[in-house]
Amino acid sequence: MKNLPTIAWLAFLLTIPLWLTDQYYLHIVITTGLFIIGAMSLNLLLGYTGQLSLGHVAFFGIGAYASALTSLGFDIPVFWNDVDRIKLAPLHPAYGFLVGAVVAGLCGFIVGRLSFKIRGAYFVIVTISFAEVTRLVALNWIDLTQGPLALSNIPPLGYNLPGLGENVFWSKTPNYYLVLGLAIIAYVLIRRVVRSRMGRAMIALRENESLATSVGIDVTRYLVFAAVASAALAGAAGSLYAHYIRIIDPDIFLFVYTVTMVIMVVTGGKGTLAGPIVGGVIFGALPVGLREFAPPEAQWIVYGIAMVLIVFFLPRGIVPAVSDWWHRKTGSPPRHLRGDDDNNKAAAAGAPLPSATRKPV
Amino acid sequence: MDQFIQHIANALILGGTYALLGIGLTLILGIMKVVNFTHGELYAIGGFMAYFFVSRLGWNFFVSLSVAVMLGICVGALIERVVLRRLRGADIDSNMVVMIGCSIAMQNLILLIWGGVAKSVPTPFPTEPLTLGPISISWLRVFVLCAALALIVAVYLVIHKSPLGKAMRATFQDRDTASLMGINVNFIYTATFALGSGLAASAGALLGPVFVVTPTMGNVAAAKAFAIVILGGLGSIQGATIGGFILAFAEELGSGYISSGYRDAMGFVIIILVLMFKPTGLFPVRGERIG
Repeated sequence: MKNLPTIAWLAFLLTIPLWLTDQYYLHIVITTGLFIIGAMSLNLLLGYTGQLSLGHVAFFGIGAYASALTSLGFDIPVFWNDVDRIKLAPLHPAYGFLVGAVVAGLCGFIVGRLSFKIRGAYFVIVTISFAEVTRLVALNWIDLTQGPLALSNIPPLGYNLPGLGENVFWSKTPNYYLVLGLAIIAYVLIRRVVRSRMGRAMIALRENESLATSVGIDVTRYLVFAAVASAALAGAAGSLYAHYIRIIDPDIFLFVYTVTMVIMVVTGGKGTLAGPIVGGVIFGALPVGLREFAPPEAQWIVYGIAMVLIVFFLPRGIVPAVSDWWHRKTGSPPRHLRGDDDNNKAAAAGAPLPSATRKPV
Repeated sequence: MDQFIQHIANALILGGTYALLGIGLTLILGIMKVVNFTHGELYAIGGFMAYFFVSRLGWNFFVSLSVAVMLGICVGALIERVVLRRLRGADIDSNMVVMIGCSIAMQNLILLIWGGVAKSVPTPFPTEPLTLGPISISWLRVFVLCAALALIVAVYLVIHKSPLGKAMRATFQDRDTASLMGINVNFIYTATFALGSGLAASAGALLGPVFVVTPTMGNVAAAKAFAIVILGGLGSIQGATIGGFILAFAEELGSGYISSGYRDAMGFVIIILVLMFKPTGLFPVRGERIG
């Protein structure tokens, strides 16, 4: 019966389109789901390796553009003359999805290699700069992206398989299941990573980088891995977004979207698996609740103040705070004191500690 | 050639205000070690206050600009007193998240009050430009450059010659010793942040009448300020001054001869290049010294 909560959650999530018949709310659920995937992938970097990346939306946008361009095809001149051209005929959107994830992952690799040499404020500024440069490229490379005119008529995802027939996902319900599928894959993948040796190495890096290095953890390798995985997941989410909304413009790269993901992670609890989901649900539902009686500017003021207050009063986020409260109430020790927590395992990740200092487990 | 000289003249004028933005941020980022995401919003506040006093209340142009800068100083002092003081000694991540939160709240407050439509600030200067041979410059821009240069010199004198500047330098070299010498460290933190904020607001108040004021004008300005500070070296006033002019030249010549669409990308390109090849900036500050 240990799996009962998991089964109940899955059943709840799978039946949402059956009872949530209002298309507007289903749309909110889908877009929130995409942001939650973005937040989960950001959490891998921000929560587990402790690197505050403020350019995360760039990977989401790159995934969206790469996927849309693969399925729309393009024809661009090389070297500003009209003789040599790169052409691509429109491909099936499923290829677009793969291309989106792979291109975003590659960008994550490049940014990771370049920027992990620097830390703290510099790293943050480089990631912001990266997102702004991608936005300006999307805005100005009109041959490829149509600039501010936006890429429109992006074909929706679908399948055409022998035996199953053809189906194109025009409506919201199949798109909801696509997002749910990707979210579950992302969750399982991230859980596997952070509970593995690799995840413990990442946490060790976050807690004390020089100590982690001294016990033989290859800092750059783990950081770059986290950056690639996180970028590819964000790119996959961006691709689903492009084929669901079916029109994308350079505003997809705006800083506020990165901020939304950061708020979700920080509010929910960085470095916890459930954190981005809890934060995502709160900040996905908040605009809907506030929409009735407040203009969008007022919503954003609430967001901004919420960020400040959370750092002041719940510095670790909602999930750790609730879990501590629950364990105090029931009397069982919380995970991080029980010895089987990710953080404690981290200490033994790279190499065993000298036996004299190792605590009995 | 005439066009080139005109670009140089434009860059000089822009460079002065960029230097103000950069000096303001280098005091806060380089010396206080606070990644000030509200810098752009303080710049926007300067611009909007100038607009409000001149256009809505009909005050004298020069009085309005001075009051706008005073208000920028007050807002900066308020942020330091209410928000940053509670975070002293906290890790840089919480610090940044809080500053982003403040920045979002401030930007949207401006949007809520004045709306998203761009506004222009009327000026008392003659519309007839000043013509010097092949180039022509509006009188407003001449005033902006002179005011910016005067402010840069004033800040330099405050930091290097006044007792307040001496206390600031002492505080950020060694906080505990400075405190033992009878310096009110809390006051110095507030004063430094307020001074940096006032410089951002003055850049906004000076550039607002040249261009237009919009609630999001601070986003680009903040990015430029970060580029200038990284280029000049964290904490270096001299570096920020020269960095401001370099960025202005890069933007003006880049948009004139390469592509105007990438004008705002110059700052980011500079950031990435500097961090790849000379991460300490052009004028690295040794240890914890300011200057």
